[in-house]
Amino acid sequence: MSVLQVQGVCKRYGGVHALREANLNVEAGRIHAVLGENGAGKSTLIKIMAGVVPPDEGAILLDGAPVSFASPAAANAAGIVCVFQELSLIPDLCVADNIAISNPPQRFGLIDRRAQRRMAEQALARAGAEDIHPLALVKDLPLSRRQMVEIAKALARGPRLLILDEATSALTAADVTKVYAVLKRLRAEGLALVYISHRMHEIVELADECTIFCNGRSVAHYAAGTKTDNEVVELMIGRKYDGVFPARTANVNRKAAPRLEVRHLAWTDRLVDISLQLHAGEVVGLGGLDGQGQRELLLALFGVLRGTSGQVLVDGRPVTITSPHRAKGSDIGMALIPEDRKTEGLMLPMSVRENLSFAALEGLSRWGVIDTAAETEAVQRIVQLLSVRSDGVDVAAGSLSGGNQQKLVIGKWLMVAPRIILLNDPTRGIDVGTKHEVYELLRRLAAEGAAILFYSTDYDELIGCCDRVLVMVEGTVKRELVGTQITERALVSSALSLGLDPGRVEPRAAHG
Amino acid sequence: MKSDWPYHLREHRGTLLAFLGFIVMFAIYAANHPVGLNANVATTAANKGTLLAILAMAQTLVVLTSGIDLSVGMVMVLANCLASTIVVGTPLTTALGVLGVLATGAACGAVNGLIVIVGRLQPIVTTIATGSVFYGIALALRPVPGGDVNASLADLLTGQWGGVPASLVFLLALVLLVWTPLRRSILGRAVYAVGSSEVAAYMSGVPVQRAKFLAYTMSGLLASVAGLFVTFITYSGEASAANGSTYTLFSIAAVVLGGVSLFGGSGSAVGAIFGALMFRTIGDLLFVFNLEPLWQPLFQGVVLAVAVCLGSARLLRVKNRLDVYG
Repeated sequence: MSVLQVQGVCKRYGGVHALREANLNVEAGRIHAVLGENGAGKSTLIKIMAGVVPPDEGAILLDGAPVSFASPAAANAAGIVCVFQELSLIPDLCVADNIAISNPPQRFGLIDRRAQRRMAEQALARAGAEDIHPLALVKDLPLSRRQMVEIAKALARGPRLLILDEATSALTAADVTKVYAVLKRLRAEGLALVYISHRMHEIVELADECTIFCNGRSVAHYAAGTKTDNEVVELMIGRKYDGVFPARTANVNRKAAPRLEVRHLAWTDRLVDISLQLHAGEVVGLGGLDGQGQRELLLALFGVLRGTSGQVLVDGRPVTITSPHRAKGSDIGMALIPEDRKTEGLMLPMSVRENLSFAALEGLSRWGVIDTAAETEAVQRIVQLLSVRSDGVDVAAGSLSGGNQQKLVIGKWLMVAPRIILLNDPTRGIDVGTKHEVYELLRRLAAEGAAILFYSTDYDELIGCCDRVLVMVEGTVKRELVGTQITERALVSSALSLGLDPGRVEPRAAHG
Repeated sequence: MKSDWPYHLREHRGTLLAFLGFIVMFAIYAANHPVGLNANVATTAANKGTLLAILAMAQTLVVLTSGIDLSVGMVMVLANCLASTIVVGTPLTTALGVLGVLATGAACGAVNGLIVIVGRLQPIVTTIATGSVFYGIALALRPVPGGDVNASLADLLTGQWGGVPASLVFLLALVLLVWTPLRRSILGRAVYAVGSSEVAAYMSGVPVQRAKFLAYTMSGLLASVAGLFVTFITYSGEASAANGSTYTLFSIAAVVLGGVSLFGGSGSAVGAIFGALMFRTIGDLLFVFNLEPLWQPLFQGVVLAVAVCLGSARLLRVKNRLDVYG
């Protein structure tokens, strides 16, 4: 029996289609897996089902009748509950308060704490997390326990349709086993479950049926186990190459000490034993699914994370980078182009000139006073080099278009002539033309001798731009692809830890 | 299943520390007082302490939502000036006068709340501006100090009941009748949720805006209760800008000493009350040790700065430096 149907749903953000023609049919007593690579539209689909955003076109049918949810609360009331990837818990409240947050039991108009305690204990038991004390503050719990609380909170709302978005990504192996048992029990109780995971073995273990998304479309729906891993990967890729990439001019001297070498880098449980080498003149990509530690790796190299272990060498010399200020120093010469240009890259209300010269002010000042003439000259040079389109250099950075803002973020670091450039998804949300300019710029910088480490969620870019790609899975470098090995098939299958060789079908390797 | 008390201890740690701090300070104060601790000394201390404690309760509500109310002192001054005009005469007119003062305070708080919620302005700017307006109204009401108040009501609340300072009983009643129910209501919990993580609260279907509105309105209401108390202690009204500013600053000091997080979402009005009593006692210590009164602002400023530093100790444990700015 069908609980929720998504029919022909479209969703656009600005000019970008996040979903076009998405269909999904969720039935009671079944676990329905949703698969797709980065940007295939999975998250948007969930947000629409959970009432976070409205669809532009198409219909949502609940028990066959069309519905539209104005808010997450409205979707909850209809029995649709989502365990979001970003946790929705309130850190300063205790576990029981959090589990009961949307509808606490009441007595004489006040919250009945005993009833709430019982409710929390039951929900925790149902989620297989009896070890969590209901009075513990959420902020004192480790991430894996918080995720279990999140699941218990969803169960306490008595859902008919439970959506789990990467709900096991932070769990320990023992927890995952418990969650499997819980999900199978819920299925037996007649709940409908939508399960989104990047871990193929989880899908094999749990799913009754699967839907594959690609470029915002649901491209295939099949009963679990009727398609081989290879066929699944084939369906998930099928993307057109619309980017034109500049030619690679490999001019790398591998005999010299690497510009940047990392040995056994680790940080909390997010980065595990990472070793890599980066030579001058090379563009090295970081691949893998979103959220596998790529951002943390870049932040760790740039000195933002505290408590990292392992060794970092620049030109064969061990260095300790404890802050971005240290990283940009002339002996290291590192720059990080951040992902979120609005908060980490630019001071939007300040002028183009000020934004560009921030990182380079030390070279443009004498006795702490800024040399305005030198600053103007340097700023003009960068504005021309990147062909930043703005109404002069004294307008606010916030008044520029997204693509031109991104150029400022890059340009700001070019002012200090960095020797090691780290990029964190630099082309997300900018137009095709600007993207192309960024690619050419990267190539030119590499040709001039910079070493570039480039994280991108867009596989096209990794294929078109990089000399090598390091695929990260669960906080470590799982695989290195070189030159012609870099294909979409190889990227997807190694990101999913499938161990398929490019162009050949092999039995799935045991999962690490 | 582990026992509950470590978790209760964790939850009330700030409040307990404030309580202990107050006990220690008060013991030093009482032991060194030139006349020793008798009922009259205790009553005078209690009246001053209660005044600040009520204002600290008002401040706590807004700070819990991760805002700040810099107008509490001015609402208090306005309530004082209004009370010295209308809380007079027969028991009936007195009662109506009290209601009028309370309604005015609640209205001041509601204005703050509406501007912060609907106008999406920063609480700090909003309440500086409205505080100035409230002071202006107070000055118009009472250009020169004076006025009167129903003396029997004043004496009842600032005197002694069977040797116990009446103001302390009043404060206890305020906690039991206002704070405890609020703490255990859905909107009260929403106040904490909003201060702790507004996005998570919204995603969990918590009434974010109503919670903020409640916090600001209750803050204004409690500030007007403090204003009534000023009137009962002084038997008159005075539109004193210095009083308003000083008390606003003191209320923030009390909240910090009371273990309420300035980041919002954690702490208790009970802790803030002990913070207020402790802060008052620290001020009085200078008196019993015969130090120059001129040192008082400096000394209280240092106490406040140290307390704020202790509150930021958590930043030392942050693993991702970007979280420090989050």
